[in-house]
Amino acid sequence: MATTNPKSADAGIGLEGGPDTAATRRAMLSEFWYYFRQNRGAVVGLIVFTLIVLVALFAPLIAPHNPAMQIRGSFLLPPVWQEGGRWEFILGTDAVGRDILSRLLYGARFSLFIGLVVVALSATVGVIVGLIAGYFRGPVDTAIMRLMDIILAFPSLLLALVLVAVLGPGLLNAMIAIALVLQPHFVRLTRAAVMAENGRDYVTAAKVAGAGNLRLMFKTILPNCTAPLIVQATLSFSTAILDAAALGFLGMGAQPPTPEWGTMLAEAREFILRAWWVVTFPGLAILITVLAINLMGDGLRDALDPKLKRS
Amino acid sequence: MFRFLIRRLAVLIPTFIGVSIIAFAFIRVLPGDPVVLLSGERGMSPERHALIMQQLGFDRPLYIQYLDYLAGVLSGDFGNSIVTRRPVLDDFLALFPATLELSLCAILIAVVLGVPLGILSAVRRGSWLDQTIMGAALVGYSMPIFWWGLLLIILFSGVLGWTPVSGRISLLYFFPSVTGFMLIDSLLSGQAGAFKSAVAHLILPSIVLATIPLAVIARQTRSAMLEVLSEDYVRTARAKGLPPRRVIGLHALRNALIPVITTIGLQVGVLMAGAILTETIFSWPGIGKWMVDSVFRRDYAVVQGGLLLIAGIIMLVNLFVDVLYGLVNPRIRH
Amino acid sequence: MKTKLTFAAALLAATMLSGAAGAKTFVYCSEGSPEGFDPGLYTSGTTFDAAAHTVYNRLLEFEQGTTETVPGLAESWEISEDGLQYTFKLRPGVKFQTTDFFTPTRDFNADDVIYSFERQWKSDHPWNQYVAGGSWEYFSGMGFPNLIKSIEKIDDMTVRFTLNQQEAPFLANLAMPFASILSKEYADKLEADGQMQLMNQQPLGTGPFQFVAYQQDAVIRYRAHEDYWNGKQAIDDLVFAITPDASVRYQRLSAGECHLMPFPNAADVEEMKANPDLKVMEQEGLNIAYLAYNTQMEPFDNPQVRKALNMAINKEAIVDAVFQGMATPAKNPIPPTMWSYNEEVEDDPYDPEEAQRMLEEAGVTDLSMKVWAMPVSRPYMLNARRAAELIQSDFRQIGVDVEIVSYEWAEYLERSSDVNRDGAVILGWTGDNGDPDNFLHTLLGCDAVGGANRAQWCDEEFNNLVVEAKQTTDPDERTRLYEEAQVVFKREAPWATLNHSLSIVPMRKEVEGFVQSPLGDFAFEGVDLVE
Repeated sequence: MATTNPKSADAGIGLEGGPDTAATRRAMLSEFWYYFRQNRGAVVGLIVFTLIVLVALFAPLIAPHNPAMQIRGSFLLPPVWQEGGRWEFILGTDAVGRDILSRLLYGARFSLFIGLVVVALSATVGVIVGLIAGYFRGPVDTAIMRLMDIILAFPSLLLALVLVAVLGPGLLNAMIAIALVLQPHFVRLTRAAVMAENGRDYVTAAKVAGAGNLRLMFKTILPNCTAPLIVQATLSFSTAILDAAALGFLGMGAQPPTPEWGTMLAEAREFILRAWWVVTFPGLAILITVLAINLMGDGLRDALDPKLKRS
Repeated sequence: MFRFLIRRLAVLIPTFIGVSIIAFAFIRVLPGDPVVLLSGERGMSPERHALIMQQLGFDRPLYIQYLDYLAGVLSGDFGNSIVTRRPVLDDFLALFPATLELSLCAILIAVVLGVPLGILSAVRRGSWLDQTIMGAALVGYSMPIFWWGLLLIILFSGVLGWTPVSGRISLLYFFPSVTGFMLIDSLLSGQAGAFKSAVAHLILPSIVLATIPLAVIARQTRSAMLEVLSEDYVRTARAKGLPPRRVIGLHALRNALIPVITTIGLQVGVLMAGAILTETIFSWPGIGKWMVDSVFRRDYAVVQGGLLLIAGIIMLVNLFVDVLYGLVNPRIRH
Repeated sequence: MKTKLTFAAALLAATMLSGAAGAKTFVYCSEGSPEGFDPGLYTSGTTFDAAAHTVYNRLLEFEQGTTETVPGLAESWEISEDGLQYTFKLRPGVKFQTTDFFTPTRDFNADDVIYSFERQWKSDHPWNQYVAGGSWEYFSGMGFPNLIKSIEKIDDMTVRFTLNQQEAPFLANLAMPFASILSKEYADKLEADGQMQLMNQQPLGTGPFQFVAYQQDAVIRYRAHEDYWNGKQAIDDLVFAITPDASVRYQRLSAGECHLMPFPNAADVEEMKANPDLKVMEQEGLNIAYLAYNTQMEPFDNPQVRKALNMAINKEAIVDAVFQGMATPAKNPIPPTMWSYNEEVEDDPYDPEEAQRMLEEAGVTDLSMKVWAMPVSRPYMLNARRAAELIQSDFRQIGVDVEIVSYEWAEYLERSSDVNRDGAVILGWTGDNGDPDNFLHTLLGCDAVGGANRAQWCDEEFNNLVVEAKQTTDPDERTRLYEEAQVVFKREAPWATLNHSLSIVPMRKEVEGFVQSPLGDFAFEGVDLVE
């Protein structure tokens, strides 16, 4: 599940290099928005995603109940439209009498947080390592790429599972583990982009002008590799949410009573035949979130990838 | 070609050693002492604990343990499970056919459905059909399969009662394991209904496991097709007035399939990750479930050996795909 | 080797399926894979059900449905005046099973008994380490290495055990699975063939069912032992269908794929009872779940503080939320099905206000503490997390802040034993041999501080009572001592006794003759299927 969409790995280098002024930047942005808007799915994805972000931000205001509060005497109530359901608990309650809707709303916070942290972590580390490998080449490059090969030799979820077992079950450790298994993709992508850019005239020009290694790497080359990295980051965002939920489901991610969606599913498993709602809704929430992000990701790729634009 | 193969193998060896070091190191830093689990709530005296650690060889210096382990691995000895005391390799070989059977069925479903759907999508680009297929593919690609599996169980086993809930075959049937593949063995057994039962048990897990590869393959086939269709030679063929079916079938498809093959190869890792979840949900006695159970049981030796074996298999499959790719696409041969 | 054997077994099974119409097959949806088939090496009930209660017998057996011992492979025994010598007369004419892999030439005798114990006892015995790194957990856990002075063969049919000190529960211990009697002749053959590890893969004993085949993590198959000394079983084939997921077990049961299952989800029990194809047996399990304070740490060294906290816990709520009602709140540290259970003891009432007042009186304000929740589900505590959350909200009501902590299971067991542990621990116990000693001395005796005594509680008065009871053979006297010990326990309150879970066994209507074991075993001797 953690494999990236294969398309992104060989996606084009995106925006042309050269001096970037405010004007060209604005032009690029509006061009980007033009192409993004063309993709109806992406716009829907963006809207849904925005809604989820809003839900996450304002969860304490909109949630009807405290997600951790156990309302005694209301164990496993069905959703409101089913017999026995109450308006008080629109999506029903779980085995210890907590409101499922409130838990789902709060759960959005965790999923987005997981996505953000994992992407930030894996992208930062991956880009730096990839820059180093692509810029310096030679034995450093070989060593780094061999290490990445080793990480990629394991199925990502299995590696994450064992890593979390080593670090101890929990949300933070799950995020670290997932970031670690995702970062080789950033390394490879950055390295390839850097190697492609390295020979270009503007880089040579900067070199001749006496720019230092760091400046060359971060100020000259990196900004011109951002397009594929943004697409990759979007994909990693959704992968991170899925993998964290899977770890939660296996009992190795966020620990109960955290209202993380995968963990909620794991807790709900024993009621699968008796209370379908405790199983159905958390999974639906995961699917909708991941789908929205992937829709956006497709749109981003189309808008940022000139090669596809032409076709 | 031969040199290409040699070079690929040369890269594989240090990677494998790296993998073995990682597998070994992981397990040494795993918190929680497996020996403590042996006595459960009762607890164990420190003397006895030390004695058992010594019997298991855990008291020796790490590098000696590692070299010992590596030497064992090279001679086919992956150590013994701490919980069951059986050789890890024996358990792996006993369980692997179940995972292989499931994975092969899943990949078969994914390819048989994914490639035609992708082609259809590409040919009818922009139509409602294309949009439906790609929409469905994106949903599949975004699917939390552990939830998907539970939903299918609720629907097909719970509500409709069409499929069995778990296992590989009904307990009524009992026959020797010849190939390890339940489908083949059930046919060989000649027992009436056995094959049907095996199929019924296999269907839901296969669908669940196939979901993501199917989506990826459909999307990949579509974009490969689109790319090829826009190439000059296809346009030329079209301009020459060849019927569209011929253009697509003969020219476009063959070239589009090359990247698709790579995609299929890449799905092996995805399948293994998926097998962990699918096997857990369906109590499928394969290595995915075995690994999860072993992680929870703190079975050092099994996690270590399993990681190594699984990584080894994935590496070999990737090598195979690379070679295959090199064969069909001479340009790659550097 | 393995394939050949399963093949032969399969042929047999196939002929039975096709030929002998009406062969009765009983399918048990078991909860997990056995770790192996040598009951001496392991400690899990799953393994005992698969090996000890099917293939093997012991010198003494627990009478079905009770914790009383009755003669098994030993017909009778005598205990010397000083209580140190136990002389067993063995049952004559007991046959070992004849299987595809071994044909016995002689009946059961004293050599088998001596072999079965010496291999666990003597570290230089050729079978002591026949499984690399194998250890005899129960043998050492029950204190046998220090307890046994000698085991002698008096004649072919007489064996004498001499002990180093008096030990009242000794006979009950001999009925435990680790004390299963293996065949010396089979062992000798395996040793000669250099195939010793097969002892743990293809068990052979005197029990009601003989081993046929094991498909890893999927199915174990047995057949009735034709010459079983206690009569051939009514069912012809016994199948363990390994099904770790409780809801899946239930589905298989209601679909008729299996006849009986252990450990249902509490949530499903109501529905099972309503299902006309099923019947449900229930019994209080021989277990206890508790919250153990660290009685050596401030302020929990003060019994009044412990008592106050106990009074703040709403046990009924735990029973409802964790067990869906399938448990009873506990007042004593031993379960009500056990002899010497003291009915007179009164439980602390659930009274948060009084609890808060008592805390203030003890000078404890702004208390914040840790509550440890086990990461795994055990029969005595299905979901410690959930229980901990309930305790957390109970304690919040009396102004005590609770942080819930958890560790990976092995670490949990290890760390919770530490004398300097910070916090109260949720844990529990399932009885091994039905003797109160196995709860009161094992879990609360001074010897167990830093080990199984998670309260780190060493109370002189209590300890004297349970040690004396251990060295007394008179049952009435022992009962009196244990009853008094329970009073001391309640007064001092080292634990909050949470609950005894009910053991619930759903089965198909046609199942007859299954007897629920208070020890939590699943044994199928005497079971039949009646349409």
